[in-house]
Amino acid sequence: MFVLACRRLVSMALIMAMVSFLLFLLFESDKLAVAGKVLGPYSSVEQREIWLEKNGYDRSFLTRYADWAGNAVKGDFGTSLQLRAPVADVLWPRLGNTAILAAVVFAAMIPLSLLLGVLAGLRESSLQDRVISVASVLTTSVPEFASATLLSAIFVFELGWLPGTSAMTGGFNFKELILPAAVLILFDFGYVTRMTRASMAEVMTSPYIRTAILKGLPYRRVIMRHALRNALIAPFTVIVLQMNWLLSGVIVVEVFFSYKGFGKLLLDASLFGDIFVIEACTLIAVFVAVFSQFISDIGYMLLNPKIRFG
Amino acid sequence: MSDPTPILECKGLSVSYFTRAGEIPAVKDFDLTVLQGEAVGIVGESGCGKSTVAFAIMRYLGANGAIVDGELRFRGRDMLSMTADDLRDIRGARIAMIYQEPASALNPSMRIAEQLMEVPIHRDGASRAEARALALDVLADVKLPDPDRIMDAYPHQISGGQQQRVLIAMALISKPDLLLLDEPTTALDVTIEAGIVQLVKELSARHGMAMIYISHNLGLILETCDRVAVMYSGEVVEIGRVADVFEHMRHPYTQGLFASIPLPSSDRHARPLRPIPGQLPLPHRRPKGCNFAPRCSFAVAGRCDQDAVPMRQINGDGHEVRCVRWDEIDFQAANANEGISHVSPGPVVLEVDRMRKYYEIKDNSFAALIRGGAARYVRANEDISFTAREAETVAIVGESGCGKSTFAKVLMGLEQATAGEVRLHGKDISRLPIGQRSPEAVGILQMVFQNPFDTLNPSWAVGAQIARVVRKLGGETDAGRIRSRVLELLSLVKLPADVAHRRPRQLSGGEKQRIGIARAFAGNPALVVADEPVSALDVSVQAAVIGLLGEIQAGQRTTLLFISHDLSVVRYLSDRVVVMYLGHVVEQGSTDQVFRPPYHPYTEALLSAVPIADRSVSKRQIVLGGELPSALDPPAGCPFQARCPRRIDGLCDRDMPPRRELGAGHKILCHLGDDVLMEMAPVFAGAAD
Amino acid sequence: MDRPVGDQGAAADRTGLARAAASILLLRESPIAMLGLALVLFWVVVALVAPLLPLHDPNLPLTPFKKPLVEAKDGAVYWLGTDHKGRDMLARVIFGARQVLLWAGFATAVAYAFGIMMGVTAGYLGGWWDEVLSFVGNVLLSFPVMVLYIIIITYLGATGFNIVLAVTFASAPGIMRIVRGLVLDIKTRDYILAAETRGETPLYIMLVELLPNARGPLIVDACLRLGYTTVTIAMLGYLGLGLPPPDPDWGKMIAEAQPLGSFAGHMAVIPALAISSLVLGFNLLADGLREISLRD
Repeated sequence: MFVLACRRLVSMALIMAMVSFLLFLLFESDKLAVAGKVLGPYSSVEQREIWLEKNGYDRSFLTRYADWAGNAVKGDFGTSLQLRAPVADVLWPRLGNTAILAAVVFAAMIPLSLLLGVLAGLRESSLQDRVISVASVLTTSVPEFASATLLSAIFVFELGWLPGTSAMTGGFNFKELILPAAVLILFDFGYVTRMTRASMAEVMTSPYIRTAILKGLPYRRVIMRHALRNALIAPFTVIVLQMNWLLSGVIVVEVFFSYKGFGKLLLDASLFGDIFVIEACTLIAVFVAVFSQFISDIGYMLLNPKIRFG
Repeated sequence: MSDPTPILECKGLSVSYFTRAGEIPAVKDFDLTVLQGEAVGIVGESGCGKSTVAFAIMRYLGANGAIVDGELRFRGRDMLSMTADDLRDIRGARIAMIYQEPASALNPSMRIAEQLMEVPIHRDGASRAEARALALDVLADVKLPDPDRIMDAYPHQISGGQQQRVLIAMALISKPDLLLLDEPTTALDVTIEAGIVQLVKELSARHGMAMIYISHNLGLILETCDRVAVMYSGEVVEIGRVADVFEHMRHPYTQGLFASIPLPSSDRHARPLRPIPGQLPLPHRRPKGCNFAPRCSFAVAGRCDQDAVPMRQINGDGHEVRCVRWDEIDFQAANANEGISHVSPGPVVLEVDRMRKYYEIKDNSFAALIRGGAARYVRANEDISFTAREAETVAIVGESGCGKSTFAKVLMGLEQATAGEVRLHGKDISRLPIGQRSPEAVGILQMVFQNPFDTLNPSWAVGAQIARVVRKLGGETDAGRIRSRVLELLSLVKLPADVAHRRPRQLSGGEKQRIGIARAFAGNPALVVADEPVSALDVSVQAAVIGLLGEIQAGQRTTLLFISHDLSVVRYLSDRVVVMYLGHVVEQGSTDQVFRPPYHPYTEALLSAVPIADRSVSKRQIVLGGELPSALDPPAGCPFQARCPRRIDGLCDRDMPPRRELGAGHKILCHLGDDVLMEMAPVFAGAAD
Repeated sequence: MDRPVGDQGAAADRTGLARAAASILLLRESPIAMLGLALVLFWVVVALVAPLLPLHDPNLPLTPFKKPLVEAKDGAVYWLGTDHKGRDMLARVIFGARQVLLWAGFATAVAYAFGIMMGVTAGYLGGWWDEVLSFVGNVLLSFPVMVLYIIIITYLGATGFNIVLAVTFASAPGIMRIVRGLVLDIKTRDYILAAETRGETPLYIMLVELLPNARGPLIVDACLRLGYTTVTIAMLGYLGLGLPPPDPDWGKMIAEAQPLGSFAGHMAVIPALAISSLVLGFNLLADGLREISLRD
């Protein structure tokens, strides 16, 4: 168990190293292009070379990578070209905003999807199962920018209940969080619900549930003690892995609602060609994804006695 | 025994499943009365409805199953009108059940203690301390060593035999009146099975519970039951006291069942197997009249295919039969046997010489790095030597984990031996992977596989798959000749030509296994390895496939290596036997030598463990204790010493026994003195041997 | 490919046809699958015959800001109205379907070709090849997909070909993982052992023995992935990283309409409904197919 966890940690570090190297290779192997990005398209070759020399770009590629990676680990990602400020100063508040959004989404989505999934899986093919299943396919089929459009059309333009943008210009406003969160929940809960349903339905037909029922145990005990514990292992890992999807969805939602989060930062940087911000955002995004994968693996091991005491 | 009310009464019970295709009647008109303390067996092949009966008695038929007709009474109380609460009072407490797959019947994420204790706590309101004491009691009752350790374990941490004992303990914990056992030993090895059967017999004698024992194995029924019901296609076709049904069976199906099972106490010359022709009708395509009539050699048109056949009384002891001609048929007249001609073996084809196969366990963990480089090995095959001649059938016998399948892999070139030689026609192939063998070498060595359900590729028609082999191994390129060869092979395995166009899922298990045989013989092989080819088939089909395999092998003078755990089948098919235990050959010799004393103690126990469906045969009871050791960590000295009832302390647990020659070709791996070996009594005694 | 057919070619084809017919009949048993198929077919047919339909040029400015079904000054009625530049929404939605389906289908097919190749070889051959492919797959899968798209498109620029490339990079590792899992399972079957013991080459075993038996789950996955790729392409369009203008693209249509939401809501709602219905079609079809395959 401990060994497995260590092995996971090593592979996580390996992946981070690989990803950072690829990123660096992609964006900074062509030195002149880097200087061009920094000094603008109209800078002369001489200007670029002077800049390169001043910023230590005459060292070998690998040394520069090591230097860059070392700084990144310390939280120093260089200076944003677009915002003319250290990347770290821009990034952390943005990341905080996204974390607030993600927290709201998870806080609502997890109980909702687990409850619906368990209800559906409890009685396969029953009416409640059909309704929940259809609802979850329906909502997962509407991409974020489409549901954002539709929800805005209803709640912003028709009913006028909610603000159409979430720039939070007048300080933190929970009302501005509702639509972005709703869009993400709507898109993501269906998947977790369906996973929970499948897992629950499978457990309910398993021989050990039959054993529990034929032991004469009360129904509540069969469900609460025997079924749920086993049925929730699979959804747990799925929920943690949702981080990866959420980070994708977050970009669209933040752009749609002008929410000042990390996703919008990444997209703006990408459209501007702000390579240092792109690098920083990607590293953070991958780190979050890989780390959640790690958490999910560890959780799976802890939940599953076959691995815990293997 | 004074209570005259039967524990359980079923009258005209009919159970159906409701699917998209409509109502599928699984059990029809089922009558059974179980008295206090009585053990009743229900026997039948797969699909006969015997498990459905068990779950119907529990009133647990799933969402799409229902009891559509009849009565079901438990101690006189109508179970069909019971509410969910009433049922809960009966399930577990009054009627308990033991299942076929112990591994999946236990909750994988709860400790054994919790699963045992929750019954008294949540049913009877016992305190945790009381429940724990009770749980430890029943664990001791089922003879589990070290109950405290078992209590703290999760199900995957104990062996299959132990899991089944835990389930039995779980059933006993509320002292039920009736115990339902649904194929409780099918998933277990034969020596482990013997222990469970002995336990069940002891418990029922001690506690006086009534039992319903469901099995496909007539031998187990004979060992455990007082009365037996034989089921076929959803109906009981014969019921009565075990003595009556086993010795004076009146239904042609019962008779056919007995004639098709091999007995370890007699061989193919004394008692050839007679398979039942045809196959079980699908539940919604049952014939009019008697369900068995289409397969029955005594069926008479106009009588057997008219009205539904009722049960008829034969004697006052409750022997009843569902046959219109029960008092007319003379089974003896039909029993005229054709003997199997003896084939004399030719020159040596295969020589296995001190072959060894270790698998290295790749351990990249930190622990291993810290501990240092001591690699661990699975000693799958330790020291294997034997020879096989042309036209000879050599059986390799052993329980799971003995290394028999690993040996087959090395032989086929899928794995390479660690040491020793395997010579085919004098040429060593032990370290020659399949890819480096010449096409001829590949063609002369073919295999029949265990599982009929994945021996054929489900995506392609059967004929195309055989044709591929004909081209690949027979070197045939002409389309016309390939076609005729495919048809020839199909007729060799007694299948009609139109099977060629079918896909595997349109064939029955037995038919698929025949195709598997046709495929193995397509390239005129010198040596065919058959890895448990019939273990997944029903007995009546088994007989046909065994017969066919023997016939083709003898006809083509092929050497057959028959890998099996089933000694009864082995005695029927093979000329010589190699007994394996934990990677060692512990005994080998001609079939007669191995099945008669002197035995290796393991062979002796193995023979004793086989349930025999013949009342005229008595056998010595030898029940092995302990579990099969792991090949990763074999015991010191003799591989069998940890479980051996004849162990010599200080010798067997220290030194590897010598390989000794007891008679022409009869070798055993044992420390026992000649005097002990010579005094061994036969395991079987009785008419047949 | 070396088909394992001697003389049964004709027979196999006959049963092949019969099987295809049978599978379509099977589909009828699942109303969900039928509904999904209907939605998908609707868009596919509409996209195919778009040039033949009596539509306005999707890029031709007519009368701006017409609501759906409202008569314009010149007496013309635009069923779905017009956009801010006065282009016919109906024509734009339909031609947008062409774009999305063409690129989604193409990109998914390419991703599948790579994913299957990698998955089958990794699963069947195993060893270092498997470890290398699995590691590369894990690296790519550890990117949140949208981040991966943004990086690739930023680096290479937004063209149809680069979108296909990005989809391949993002999807192939997932497909590989599924195929590899299926192959690891099928590999243990006796018929694979039988092929090995008669000396078949690994290529033959992978193509003839393994792949055909993995097709069921792969078809279901392909449906889901087509839906998701559709979303991706539209989403890139929405974010401004999609196909170059002026041809209509559902995502870009929404992006253009967004600032005008308060008075020209139809401009955003119509493409949003279009993409949702198409993706719903793919998802329902996948669901229905899965349900049918589990019944057997």
